[in-house]
Amino acid sequence: MSIIDFLVPASEACLRSGPHDKIVLSSRVRLARNLRTVPFPSHSKKAERIKAFETLMPAVKSLTLLGQEIFAESMDKLPALDKQVLVERHLISREHAAKNAGSGIVLNREENVCVMVNEEDHLRIQALRPGLQLRQAWMAIDAVDTALQEKVEFAFSERYGFLTACPTNLGTGIRVSAMLHLPGLVLAEQINQIIQAVNKLGLAVRGLYGEGTEALGNVFQVSNQMTLGEPENDIVERINKVLLQIIEHEENARLSQMEKKPAVLLNHIGRAYGVLANSWSISSKEAMNLISFLRLGVDLGVFGKTPKSLTDELFLRSQPAHLQLAHPLREKLGSDERDLFRAQMLRERTSLIPNPDPQALLGRREEGSPE
Amino acid sequence: MVCQFCKLKEASVHVTEIADNKVKKVDACAACAKEKNYNDPAAFAIADHLLGLGAAQKMEEASEAVGALSCDQCGYTQADFKKSGRLGCAHCYDIFSDGLDSVLKTMHKDIRHRGKVPAGMQSVFEGAHRLQSLNHDLQAAIAQEDFESAARLRDEIKAFKAAE
Repeated sequence: MSIIDFLVPASEACLRSGPHDKIVLSSRVRLARNLRTVPFPSHSKKAERIKAFETLMPAVKSLTLLGQEIFAESMDKLPALDKQVLVERHLISREHAAKNAGSGIVLNREENVCVMVNEEDHLRIQALRPGLQLRQAWMAIDAVDTALQEKVEFAFSERYGFLTACPTNLGTGIRVSAMLHLPGLVLAEQINQIIQAVNKLGLAVRGLYGEGTEALGNVFQVSNQMTLGEPENDIVERINKVLLQIIEHEENARLSQMEKKPAVLLNHIGRAYGVLANSWSISSKEAMNLISFLRLGVDLGVFGKTPKSLTDELFLRSQPAHLQLAHPLREKLGSDERDLFRAQMLRERTSLIPNPDPQALLGRREEGSPE
Repeated sequence: MVCQFCKLKEASVHVTEIADNKVKKVDACAACAKEKNYNDPAAFAIADHLLGLGAAQKMEEASEAVGALSCDQCGYTQADFKKSGRLGCAHCYDIFSDGLDSVLKTMHKDIRHRGKVPAGMQSVFEGAHRLQSLNHDLQAAIAQEDFESAARLRDEIKAFKAAE
């Protein structure tokens, strides 16, 4: 079975919901682990990487925690398009997509535990949850890690904890992160302040696809940087606390924009709707920035009963690999053809969304004022 | 462009540094660059990019501290470490540990692991901690010339080591 057949369709994937998912798109916890006796993947010879691969793939595949139905494959067996789809679903890193023989992926049926074998470390095990569910994700991946430790011996030192290829991951090997949709803070021009404050707390803020990527569509990723000298629980709780504060700030920013500048807000949302419903060629960058405002409109009730899963689906299906997959010929589209096809898909899907209703914003405003 | 230091030769090394929110540009000839330590801008940038500003300098010091060490298990050298900011294998952490601590201090909360411990290691781990704290108490007792406690701690340490 190919990974494309294994994955649920984009429309279904976007139905997953969780706490605070108006603002927190998803939560993730990943652990970095290495075998004690084999050099780290970045410094090992092909034979050593294969040895690690052959030790780890069966160990991960046999975990009863992952259930009966899993997808496990060597990276050289995956076509480039399939790998890119996995990146767009945030299941593997862009770095891992570039790997071939000697690297692998194991994914469970629920698509909420994904293991990368021989990425920068021998193992990157990650748990994903919709909405704000960092604790749940940590507990899930902690259990997977404990079960794995019964099968293989990890590199561990009393002093430094779990040993990793890069010293930035040393100790717990944990990276706790959440993907946030923050159009309110961007519109209120408070986002830079928030990013600086979050940075001061030792957390990193990045774009859509992690390290070194742009914050397209007002989507930001917040994650811990320090992994050594603190228990996992403390790290999870600290980020959770910070995220709850960011959520509050985003909610306040939305409310104050609604009260003070409803026309500006409606202008952004209405124009986004207009362009998405009527364009004949659109780049992924423009599409994502507009879909962000569409999503904000859905959150604020401007589009009646339109579910936010629809806007999330548009977001996912606007990505290059997902577009290609949906194309009848499944051929490699040039970027011009892709922009045409993207616009077509967006026009068709946006036709399901009713015209924006300004009363949803203006009405609410009158309700709120005592006069 | 002329070298900004000697103002004679053509500048061939161009470095842009951002420190304290100020952009500092350096254009130097090869000789002056070497003298002013701008000779390896690539390694500089990668380390800073990966490990945060300031880490590169710490790593420079770290690699000086470890000298020309290389890992006897995977062959990783200090130059490799400096260049990539990564280590080669688990054993490298023993080999390069002397210089590593100052690097770790710049990027982590502490340089001691306080998180999860593998099930099989738990007793060893607790044992090592116990021994460490007994030793610490012993030193403190000696410093305070509390020889009664020191003798008791010495016996405890002896018994603990024998039990292991």
